[in-house]
Amino acid sequence: MGAVLPFGIEAVDTRLTGGGLALGGLHETTSATPTLTDDAAATLFAVGIAARAAALSGRRVLWALTRFDLYAPGLEQAGLSPATLFFAEVREDKDVLAVMEDGLRHGGLAAVVGEVKRADMVATRRLQLAAMTGNTPALLSRRWRRQGTCPLTELSAAMTRWRIACAPSTPLPAPGVGRPRWMVELARQRGGPGFTMELEACDDTGRLALPAASRDRATAMAGAAARAA
Amino acid sequence: MLPIDDDPGACSVPRGGGWRPGARWAQQGATRATVEEQVAALPLHQRPPMRELGRRSEAADHPFKYSSLPGQHRAVSGPAPAMNLVPMVLAEQIGQRQVIAAACPAAMALGLTPGMAVTQARALIPDLDIRPADRAADAALLADLALHAVRHWTPTAAVSGSDGLWLDLSGVAHLHGGETRFCQRLVGFCRRFGLTARVTVASTPGAAHALARFGRDAILLVPGGQEAQALAPLPPAALRLTPEATAAASRFGLDRIADLLPLPRGPLARRLGMASVRRLDEALGRVPEPIVPVVPEETPVAKRRLLEPIGTAEAIEQVIADLLADMMLLLQARRRGVRTLVLLLDRIDGSEQRLAIGTARATRDVVHLARLFHLRIERIDPGDGIETMRLAATRTDPLGATAVAGDLTGEAAVPDVATLVDQIAGRVGEAALFTAAPVESDVPERAVRRAPPLAAPTGWPTWRRPVRLLSRPEPLTGVLALLPDAPPRRFTWRGQVHAVLAGDGPERIHGEWWRRDGEVWAVRDYFRVEDDTGARFWLFRRGDGVDAATGDLSWYLHGLFG
Repeated sequence: MGAVLPFGIEAVDTRLTGGGLALGGLHETTSATPTLTDDAAATLFAVGIAARAAALSGRRVLWALTRFDLYAPGLEQAGLSPATLFFAEVREDKDVLAVMEDGLRHGGLAAVVGEVKRADMVATRRLQLAAMTGNTPALLSRRWRRQGTCPLTELSAAMTRWRIACAPSTPLPAPGVGRPRWMVELARQRGGPGFTMELEACDDTGRLALPAASRDRATAMAGAAARAA
Repeated sequence: MLPIDDDPGACSVPRGGGWRPGARWAQQGATRATVEEQVAALPLHQRPPMRELGRRSEAADHPFKYSSLPGQHRAVSGPAPAMNLVPMVLAEQIGQRQVIAAACPAAMALGLTPGMAVTQARALIPDLDIRPADRAADAALLADLALHAVRHWTPTAAVSGSDGLWLDLSGVAHLHGGETRFCQRLVGFCRRFGLTARVTVASTPGAAHALARFGRDAILLVPGGQEAQALAPLPPAALRLTPEATAAASRFGLDRIADLLPLPRGPLARRLGMASVRRLDEALGRVPEPIVPVVPEETPVAKRRLLEPIGTAEAIEQVIADLLADMMLLLQARRRGVRTLVLLLDRIDGSEQRLAIGTARATRDVVHLARLFHLRIERIDPGDGIETMRLAATRTDPLGATAVAGDLTGEAAVPDVATLVDQIAGRVGEAALFTAAPVESDVPERAVRRAPPLAAPTGWPTWRRPVRLLSRPEPLTGVLALLPDAPPRRFTWRGQVHAVLAGDGPERIHGEWWRRDGEVWAVRDYFRVEDDTGARFWLFRRGDGVDAATGDLSWYLHGLFG
């Protein structure tokens, strides 16, 4: 087992095989529902991992996609500054996978992120092998193709597969939006069971956090409901 | 009261008044029409002022503005400037003053000289055309001309001062049909470029320099040994003396070079400085003055002729590897690295194939360049066979020694990302690779531009921004919001109702009035809201909710926070 990238949250790291995300491995993220907001949450989850990998190694991140609708100031606020990131906007999923493989085999990058709609078993196995060769984490963001069919039903050789959904944010004592929260589900991991956990979203260095104890949250939630009513 | 007679009939005095005894139009029995004809025939700057022509509708000019006119006509040389030509000067900033750097003949005729303050010139000539001088562009043009001279006329050419070229014609004049013919062709060449050239052929660079700038003829050939006679009537400034030496010479009454020649060298050196004596000696050929020629940059080319025509990919790759090895030796000697390589393949049927690769950063890495060619080798159509292959580095950048990572410290070397960029660019095209760079604009969709992939741009301000931005803001319906500055309580987007639990805002963004008229008053109020399922949106309302000119209070969704 090679080096790992820990989340820095004990509750998550202890449940992951090896104590974190394997650096030389393929990791898949997807949104729990086909809504654009959950998709944005899944994107930010990948951004956070890539940002922490970039901070760890001091190298750049390659982001391959077919339609560029990311907003770079938003990425910077999750820890991926424009100086550590470059994009490859290509025509189709096949090219995304090829560009990702080039980047992974090169071995000089902190992480390679790709957005695809479809990647079969062969493609993911190639990516996993390339990630092991270059010792570079690969983050494959699968986007929804059809209503009602989760992208994670497709077979894959990934080390971990994550499903992210938005959750109500941490309530604040004053009016306003608190720190966002996600419902993070590890659907599958190699050599261990999955789990579901509510986490606070990325800060400006890409780190997640464990929410405060639930009894505090209950009162705060009641307050928020009262304000909303 | 007398009735006003609109038609006084034929009268020798033109209407409109202005009659006075001895006026020009009244002399020699000239009619007004002939005078107007004569006046129109004069160049703009020589026309008499309105004061002399008589008052019409506008007031007369300032009596002193053109007072220096009559004495200035000597400066006009050659044909009179074209009619209706507005005098033009180029201005440059020197310290706190705007100073004339150059003036056109029409402006020179009006008494404007280089070195004059622009404010003074504008006071003299109100409708003066003043444009900024660009010394760097002038120097670049002159350098280009020198390079052209080296490539086409003579192997030794150099830029002389800020306005001249030195061409060494020794041994090359006969190639152009003699010195006279060469000079004529040179002047014609410059005229076609819109330049006025003055050429002097002399035995020494100093004499040529002086006579080209201060001589009378546009083309002058000084026979060998007669430099002193040719230079004699010129002012000492022609010898490239320092301003102090020129001033000293005029103080001593040395107004011509002829005055300098008979003087003993010792006292002359004491009065004008040793450098001035040296300039005189250089002009007369007593001291050599070498010309440091410009050296044209040649495109490095490696070439292989093949014994047998080749047609297989393996053979072509082998030759490419050999060519690359040759090319790297050439570039190593020049301390440069490849940015663009063009491979030219001559087929035996006489046609030519081209294959070009580019790199993101200057490199001399043979393995990397061979891999870039390998990605494109299938685009070569060898036909019946290839007999010659040439490799040209059409664009190179300086590449000095680079530190090798991780050899002594024991760390593993990190591969250079530039090689990866080239590799991906070879696969999907150069335009596909980019990084996002900031633009100084508060309008969200204008704040990002694409930059080259290896750039390291700075970031954006820390206002909360979504991770995905809709390419066009989508209109919202059924929005329930308090005016003027509360986030909406409910909105409908894509047919779905969202009940808002919490919101931040507004963040007010004003239109950029300098771009479009429609944005002069435009205002967007941005809100970040969260609905009951935890989804977070970035909404905005057009208008500030108070002033109707700022927007129509319609709501839009612009981005999505995770």
